[in-house]
Amino acid sequence: MTLRMPAPDLAVIDRRDEIAVALARIVSPGSVIADAERLRVYESDGLTAYRQPPMLVVLPETVEQVSQILAYCHAEGIKVVPRGAGTSLSGGALPLADAVLVSMAKFNRVLSVDFTDRLAVVQPGVTNLAVTQAVEAENFYYAPDPSSQIACTIGGNVAENSGGVHCLKYGLTTNNVLAVEVVLMDGQLARFGDGTLDSAGLDLLGIIVGSEGLLGVVTEVTVRILPRPETARALLIGFPTVVDAGQCVADVIAAGIIPAGMEMMDRLAIRAAEAFVQVGYPLDVDALLIVELDGPEVECLLLSSQIERIALANGAMNCRISQDEDERLTFWKGRKAAFPAVGRLAPDYYCMDGTIPRGRLPEVLDRMAQLSREYGLEVANVFHAGDGNLHPLILYDGNRPGELDRAEAFGSDILRLCVEVGGVLTGEHGVGVEKRDLMPTMFSEIDLAHQQRLKCAFDPQLLLNPGKVFPQLRRCAELGRVHVHNGQTRFPDLPRF
Amino acid sequence: MMDTLEREPNVLRPESGDDLREVIGKAAATGTRLRLRGGGSKDGVGASAADASIIDMRGFSGIVDYAPSELVLTAGAGTPLSHIMSALASEGQALAFDPFDHGPLFGKPAGTATLGGIVAANVSGPRRLSRGAARDHVLGFSAVSGRGERFIAGGKVVKNVTGYDLPKLIAGSWGRLAALTEVTLKVLPSPRTSAILRVHGLAPPAAVAVMARAMGSSAEVCAARHIPAHFPGTPHGAAVTELLLEGFPESVDARLASLSALLRDEGEGAAVECLCGEAGRGWDALDLLASTPEGASVWRISVRPSKAAQVVVRLEQGGASWTMDCAGGLIWAVVADHSQNIREISESAGGNAMLMRGPQSLRQSVAAMRVLSPAVAALEQRVRRAFDPAGVFETGRF
Repeated sequence: MTLRMPAPDLAVIDRRDEIAVALARIVSPGSVIADAERLRVYESDGLTAYRQPPMLVVLPETVEQVSQILAYCHAEGIKVVPRGAGTSLSGGALPLADAVLVSMAKFNRVLSVDFTDRLAVVQPGVTNLAVTQAVEAENFYYAPDPSSQIACTIGGNVAENSGGVHCLKYGLTTNNVLAVEVVLMDGQLARFGDGTLDSAGLDLLGIIVGSEGLLGVVTEVTVRILPRPETARALLIGFPTVVDAGQCVADVIAAGIIPAGMEMMDRLAIRAAEAFVQVGYPLDVDALLIVELDGPEVECLLLSSQIERIALANGAMNCRISQDEDERLTFWKGRKAAFPAVGRLAPDYYCMDGTIPRGRLPEVLDRMAQLSREYGLEVANVFHAGDGNLHPLILYDGNRPGELDRAEAFGSDILRLCVEVGGVLTGEHGVGVEKRDLMPTMFSEIDLAHQQRLKCAFDPQLLLNPGKVFPQLRRCAELGRVHVHNGQTRFPDLPRF
Repeated sequence: MMDTLEREPNVLRPESGDDLREVIGKAAATGTRLRLRGGGSKDGVGASAADASIIDMRGFSGIVDYAPSELVLTAGAGTPLSHIMSALASEGQALAFDPFDHGPLFGKPAGTATLGGIVAANVSGPRRLSRGAARDHVLGFSAVSGRGERFIAGGKVVKNVTGYDLPKLIAGSWGRLAALTEVTLKVLPSPRTSAILRVHGLAPPAAVAVMARAMGSSAEVCAARHIPAHFPGTPHGAAVTELLLEGFPESVDARLASLSALLRDEGEGAAVECLCGEAGRGWDALDLLASTPEGASVWRISVRPSKAAQVVVRLEQGGASWTMDCAGGLIWAVVADHSQNIREISESAGGNAMLMRGPQSLRQSVAAMRVLSPAVAALEQRVRRAFDPAGVFETGRF
């Protein structure tokens, strides 16, 4: 582990038994976990390179209990880390040695569904897929579909502003949430959004979504549900180079078409996926594009033939259009298995998540190949091509000394490269602990101070999920005293952690 | 250097980020209050203190970067909306949301609204229903906060979760956190064609049911409204309910057919008419409102569609005129009797009402936006102080 977390407060750790007793008074019997073996279950999330058992785990089952837990921790100065299913790929739910981990797993009920208002009210521990399952009998669904949708929870989706493969057309979580109920760090209950299209006041709902568990603990979520498109159809297109595939994507958009999804895989990812699931991906191509269209049958037919023409004009070596639902799902099977498939090529892989302006893709891939040679580590690329969101998968062996560090350094270089070409550090996985120290590549100290003051407005003692998102530990009072002279800030020299 | 307009001595017109930083920094130091203004199309909303100095933001004008294939546009906040829309139209694109110019509601000519004003007020027209509001498509911005500091947030690509989503917070903040200098927005291809399915003679509950049925179908309805027979200036003799479809011609035709069939089966026998070509182009957010009597106040009520019918019954009981948009999720109320408690009617149905236009006396006594719960109001106050500790942007407008 190369990343430093804030030094644990030993005085709090010394009080562990007393804190466990206090928490047990709030929740039902058996809902506080204090023994080392069971705490280990929670020691990491989807970013498995980082592990730290929490001081204690508490599993509330009512909003009142969440409120009491936070009020108690607030009064006692105890840090809190909220957790959904623990599928974060950026370490958003990484525990701290001196913090109480609040698991929202027991908040697992769909509270109501309304087809006139086209919304569902769910508890935060409901899985992403379960929302769709609750409404699919009426032919509705919940649009954001992160790859972990079987396991990940809506509360976690809200915290991370999760995406998926259909973002370009249907938006991220933030575009599909109408209201949230949140317990603030001091135990107060607040509602943001009223389930109507436009609520009054500042858009604090928009801030809660994507705040990575730093502003409050979400206890209820109202999501928009959509009617299922009439049909869906996919194209599987192989190109001799990624440049051709990238141009095809640009030309599809220039033709006025916004497909439901456009996914690209590079040679290594194609080969790994085909070896894993044998779905008939072409192996003689350098780039594979899956383009999905949804909507009326006639529209899908029309646009699929248009896209086929565009693809052939861009040098496509082969192009298949799904003829039925089975074939469409087969096209997707390899892409959806790409991560585990690449995972078979090496003992470990490290998944990155930058976004770039799509036009810079060839250049970014070239430089990534060069970095791959320099670091001596292979990289496979899967790419949400429609919105420029790259997922390079760096292959390494964690058992070889220094290789994890090298993989992380390589990953950081890739993300710096994304920012350098006009992109961003993370398209959908969040900053968490993983990209925390890279934030200054995108934002100046003044930019970050504006974000951190927002944190202070919600949680002035910085007790909620500390050590995530922001690279510097700076107390709120100190942020208030930052002076500006001729556009330059003078920040006190505080330690980086 | 900044212009100080002669006829309006307390209007400042900064031309650069440094100018703006200086103005705001000075105001913070001297306790001056500043009111940010683009084209002034929404000047009539709320009631600002008369002593506030106005900052005219139109010096920050022009398209900075527009890459059609990236679906991203960056422009100065003072750029006229009309300029942005024509630049996009020349590439067959449009903003990803449905903006409109409030000017005509206040008797002003259209065309003065600026991009920054549109974002700051989170404006979005009838397609709000399917495309989202301005807030859904603001990708990034640069601004000067009430601290007199320049800062950026968000990014210039369509998918980004790096840091807090300040673009959401800025959208709809009505100039109370920071002065926007540059905005990056998502853009999308313009639909090739559109058509309207018009249903005649529905009562409000049936209209809401038809709109809900249409929105819940796979016909991809883009906008949906209902105009009752008595709405002032309506050209229709009877109530009409309109469903807008947009997209590729073959697709629109197919959806029009399936939706007509659906409504024939379930539309309570109402007459259904298809409008294509020019007549099927959709409607403007203000087409019915701009011509309402000047003395009448105009309220914008957001409510869940399932509550819309009960709200309009109460509006009618008080003598107000109304029309529904966004499938009933938005009700525009035109109110001549200012003693009618529109806010209570909206909030008792779980919604919220904004006083969009009203005589000065009403705006002085009634807040433009609903009052928030104490916990949220206190939090909002802390958030505003985080960006604007001296209250530079607190003109009392809301």
